[in-house]
Amino acid sequence: MNIVVCVKYVPDATADRQFESDNTVDRVGVDGLLSELDEYAVEQALQIKEKAGDDAGETVVTALCVGPEKAVDAVRKALQMGADKGVHVTDEAIAGSDYIATSLVLAKAIEKLGAETAVDLVVCGMASTDASGSVVPAMLAERLGLPQVTLASVVETQGDQVRIKRDGDTATEVIGGTMPLVLSVTDQSGEARYPSFKGIMAAKKKPLDVWSLSDLGVDADQVGLSVAWSEVEDTTARPPRTAGEIVKDEDGSGAKALTEFLASKKFI
Amino acid sequence: MSEVLVLIDHAEGAVKKPTYELLTIAKRLGEPSAVFIGPADQAAAATDKVKKYGAEKVYVVDDAEIKGYLVAPKAEVLQQLAEKASPAAILIPSSGEGKEIAARLAIKLESGLITDAVDVQEGPVTTQSVFAGNFTVQAKVTKGTPIITVKPNAATPEESEGAAAVEEFSPTISDAAKTAQIVASQPRQATGRPELTEAAIVVSGGRGTGGNFEPIEGLADALGAAVGASRAAVDSGWMPHSFQVGQTGKTVSPQLYVANGISGAIQHRAGMQTSKTIVAVNKDDEAPIFELVDFGVVGDLHTVLPAATEQIKERKG
Ligand SMILES: Cc1cc2nc3c(=O)[nH]c(=O)nc-3n(C[C@H](O)[C@H](O)[C@H](O)COP(=O)(O)OP(=O)(O)OC[C@H]3O[C@@H](n4cnc5c(N)ncnc54)[C@H](O)[C@@H]3O)c2cc1C
Ligand SMILES: Nc1ncnc2c1ncn2[C@@H]1O[C@H](COP(=O)(O)O)[C@@H](O)[C@H]1O
Repeated sequence: MNIVVCVKYVPDATADRQFESDNTVDRVGVDGLLSELDEYAVEQALQIKEKAGDDAGETVVTALCVGPEKAVDAVRKALQMGADKGVHVTDEAIAGSDYIATSLVLAKAIEKLGAETAVDLVVCGMASTDASGSVVPAMLAERLGLPQVTLASVVETQGDQVRIKRDGDTATEVIGGTMPLVLSVTDQSGEARYPSFKGIMAAKKKPLDVWSLSDLGVDADQVGLSVAWSEVEDTTARPPRTAGEIVKDEDGSGAKALTEFLASKKFI
Repeated sequence: MSEVLVLIDHAEGAVKKPTYELLTIAKRLGEPSAVFIGPADQAAAATDKVKKYGAEKVYVVDDAEIKGYLVAPKAEVLQQLAEKASPAAILIPSSGEGKEIAARLAIKLESGLITDAVDVQEGPVTTQSVFAGNFTVQAKVTKGTPIITVKPNAATPEESEGAAAVEEFSPTISDAAKTAQIVASQPRQATGRPELTEAAIVVSGGRGTGGNFEPIEGLADALGAAVGASRAAVDSGWMPHSFQVGQTGKTVSPQLYVANGISGAIQHRAGMQTSKTIVAVNKDDEAPIFELVDFGVVGDLHTVLPAATEQIKERKG
């Protein structure tokens, strides 16, 4: 089986995330890491590989990332977790790309990865932790002409059949599809493994290709900020909340104060 | 004036409140045309509802042929409607499904996409809340037909009678769109409480409940509120995932949010930081949640909440 797992490099959510003067996300000045939600995608890809064992023939998990130079860290982390090889697509022209352009580059890279042995499974996280659009997996399915079996909280595979549980807003659904397909998984799909010491050492020897746009046959003028199909006009930091009143509960005083506060704000 | 397509959000024909919000927004941008995709025999009831919120036209698409499949056919329906109507914009509810429909539609129509708008004004210019609610962003689509997914509570629904002229529409659905099959579907059980994303008041519990949500539910019922939970509470199996507030759960922006036994991690804040009034009960006076609150009680939720609930009930009489 040929499995590609899409991993994004994102600014650390617990750091002070900022915008650049051109209103793009600052991806260089803030520490970044493999998006935590994509760790779940790596985990599921590895579990599918482990389960396939030998009967599915040679299974290769490739971690694919589109992002700036530092983004290679996300690929490395996936390799440490157990992915077999990595591909990092990086090109100055990509900076500031929107979902549309990002999904184009990812789709081209997936096509290239499937040039010899067709890709059976594209695994994504449920959302990136910075943009959190939850749209790239559906865009990939659209671009690649593949079924989408997305937002899985439980994943089951049997041969080329995939079944997932999807917790929708109005119903919990079981969705089924036949590979090749695009799968995305939520943070309910199962704890992601930590890289072991052995995994960290092994990762150093794993193949990691760096591709530019020309390797993918994508023109520089198809991507980047200047051709984005949407434009951020302004960004404003949220004004800090004014410090509230905090009381200590002593012998029931807390409940009384709470009730009075709620009443004063007309919630009762 | 150009049409603005609004995808109706409904469960078994019962139109959901966010649809009225989208119609209200659509009026700012052009003439609202509601799109009903569902069983044909439920269309009349839905039409009556959207008529009250200004729908001039209602496209009725019988879903008998497509309802067993995930999102892709709906994207084809909207694509074909857009090609027919040349709308000024397409508004879609910002649910998991809605965002995926919008994503596929954007590629099909070669049009820009903006997700999770919390406001949309003439232009259309959208407002989004990003980085866990720490920034607001104004954006615009610059290519094709603006496709915008809109979060619940982005507008106050305004009643205004529309013509609601019904137009049956039969799309052509490709075989490629019928590949991800809905094998089984279990409707969510009604809790009898308000919908989490729509509620004016949300009372949430976290790890600090120790798994006992009675004090949370008691207070919620006294206030007529929805119940929410942190991921820690969900991961512990105390509450279903549909109750989770935060980055990977629901985003709520109620008039009042009461966080109990919740520390206030960035991922939790991401789902509640834009609430108008925030109250917390936590026994640790250094819990980060207190940085956000308008009012906080340092104390044990197991004693503070039941006592407050009693007093609230007394006041309400
Ligand atoms: C990618 C990612 C996505 C995430 N998404 C979400 C999300 O969507 N939603 C979310 O909530 N979290 C999310 N998290 C998890 C988040 O980081 C926190 O771990 C989680 O919010 C903690 O939940 P908590 O506050 O209930 O638990 P804790 O952090 O353990 O806090 C419990 C609090 O309860 C207080 N307490 C204990 N006993 C009592 C008592 N008797 N009375 C009063 N107070 C008491 C304690 O003082 C403490 O402050 C995500 C994390 C990651 C990495
Ligand atoms: N630049 C990227 N490189 C690799 N994968 C990505 C990239 N952007 C998005 N993805 C994948 O698409 C998923 C959803 O991203 P998003 O639509 O941005 O929320 C992520 O969880 C990743 O699996």
